[in-house]
Amino acid sequence: MSVVWDRRRTAWAAGWRAFAAQRSGVAGLALLGLAVLVAVLMPLLTGADALNVARVVAPAWEPPGSGHLLGTDHTGRSVALLVLNGTAVSLLVGLTAAGLSVAIGTLIGVTAGHFGGWWGALLMRVTDFFLVIPALVLAIALSSVLPRGMGTIILAIALTSWPSTARVVRAQTLAVEARPFVERARALGGGHLHVTGKHVLPAVLPLVLVNTTLTVAYAIVAESTLAFLGLGDPTRLSWGSMLHQAQLQGAVSKEAWWFLLPPGLGIIAVVLAFTLVGRALETVINPRLRG
Amino acid sequence: MRIAGKLGGAVVSLSMVVVLGFFLFRVIPGDPVVSWTRGRPTTPEMQAALRAEWGLDKPLPQQFLDYLGKLLRGDMGTSFTYSRPVLDVISERVGPTLLLVGTSTLIAVLLGLWLGIRGAWRRDSRFDRVSTGVALTLWSTPTFWLGMLLMMATGDLFPSRGMRDTDTAPGFFSQAVDVAHHLVLPSVTLIAVVYAQYQMVMRSSLLEELHASYLTTARAKGLRDDLVRRRHAVPNALLPVLTLVFLHLGLVVAGAITTETVFTWPGLGLLFYEALTGPDYALLQGLMVVTAGAVVVMNVFADLLYRVLDPRVRAA
Repeated sequence: MSVVWDRRRTAWAAGWRAFAAQRSGVAGLALLGLAVLVAVLMPLLTGADALNVARVVAPAWEPPGSGHLLGTDHTGRSVALLVLNGTAVSLLVGLTAAGLSVAIGTLIGVTAGHFGGWWGALLMRVTDFFLVIPALVLAIALSSVLPRGMGTIILAIALTSWPSTARVVRAQTLAVEARPFVERARALGGGHLHVTGKHVLPAVLPLVLVNTTLTVAYAIVAESTLAFLGLGDPTRLSWGSMLHQAQLQGAVSKEAWWFLLPPGLGIIAVVLAFTLVGRALETVINPRLRG
Repeated sequence: MRIAGKLGGAVVSLSMVVVLGFFLFRVIPGDPVVSWTRGRPTTPEMQAALRAEWGLDKPLPQQFLDYLGKLLRGDMGTSFTYSRPVLDVISERVGPTLLLVGTSTLIAVLLGLWLGIRGAWRRDSRFDRVSTGVALTLWSTPTFWLGMLLMMATGDLFPSRGMRDTDTAPGFFSQAVDVAHHLVLPSVTLIAVVYAQYQMVMRSSLLEELHASYLTTARAKGLRDDLVRRRHAVPNALLPVLTLVFLHLGLVVAGAITTETVFTWPGLGLLFYEALTGPDYALLQGLMVVTAGAVVVMNVFADLLYRVLDPRVRAA
């Protein structure tokens, strides 16, 4: 048993070295660390009244430089504080929705690949269906019929974004199960749970990791889009809800670029960071992509 | 035989869209009358009347059969906000969306393929690194934000609302120019967000072909570099990209919803937004069934096209 774990540890260490050799991936990871730090610390550092519309005394639509680093919004709140505090919800929704989505995809992919037959065919038929259907349209429909809230947004994104994970995980499951060591495990009497849990799952895990980072990137954009369309949680501050307000309050015609730019740049930075990390991980797993 | 199987699969997919429409808007909400009339003052009598009108007092299987029967006759119910049949409202909006999505997809595919081919052929050159970086950044950008930004940055240069001005001369030419003028900002937004995926897919598809031995043969017989690329590498790399273009159509639809909302382009995307703000669930249900159904049908076309273009698939 320990031999197996030693080998796995060596493999992960080699993987980390291959990852660290890619500058863009490391840069993405550093950016993510910073975002997480901001998300955790900002709610603690911000005073209770700073974001309370009723308690704010600064004038509305104040351009940057006049006492506020990034100006103020339509209620006189500091845009800088809003953006930094919005990080938490955007990250939280992105991470949980992606985690849930990848868990569903992995479950469906592994069972479809492992059991095969009519069950696998049926699961793949359903997967292909959801792969083709516009995910955002489904997410919009789901979050419009369910009660408004963060849970709904997470559920709507997760339930519509799992098919790509299911597809790659199934392909990898089939590839792993064709190898001799799985046949040996079966010959020694290993049941379904043993084969999938001890052999297939560890082998598909790197792939799942890549898919998670890429799905987080998608989920963060999806959250902002749903919030922009007015389907978000009205009581919570996120980058998407800020842009929704910017649209409602006519930030474009007021040329309030300081209210429009920061939340968008925040989304781009975090999404780009996840995408870069995901692509770097992909290169580690698939040597054919290496130069 | 295989084509018959594909068409059968498409019929199954379309029925799944129909079932999904029923499930999402009739089963999940529990009592649709409560959620469908959310935000409107209603008396219990009105709710009972609506329940009878929509057949919600019947058992669920009967409701499903009614829904199916009406759908087959082209009846998708009546829109709250427009007080007209849903199908009529939707069909009026198809044209503008086709114009916007068609123009943008065409330009985005051409741009993406060109950039992807150039990048892969001179891999890791400055051009490759810069264009990949730009593509990844634009791909991470929320469509609606880019649209708002473009609107603000261009000021009065381009019209940013609607599809035509009311005071334009009635002639065909001046009308066309007016529509094209209005089309600039929405289509630039949609292209910017969508082209990156085509570029990335084309780039990696061509990279996979680069070490193929038929390229060595082509070079060995003395072909010029750009002929090797044009005649040998690109046609082979293009095939997988083609299916992906259609598979990613859902993303274009998603982009169209927010782009049309930002620029009040009078298409299906803006109708989606209007239905959401209502909320107008009959319209929303119709929109979901129509857009999802359209994407399914487009993918069947892609599959058949692929068979015509790639002899290897035909033989298999």
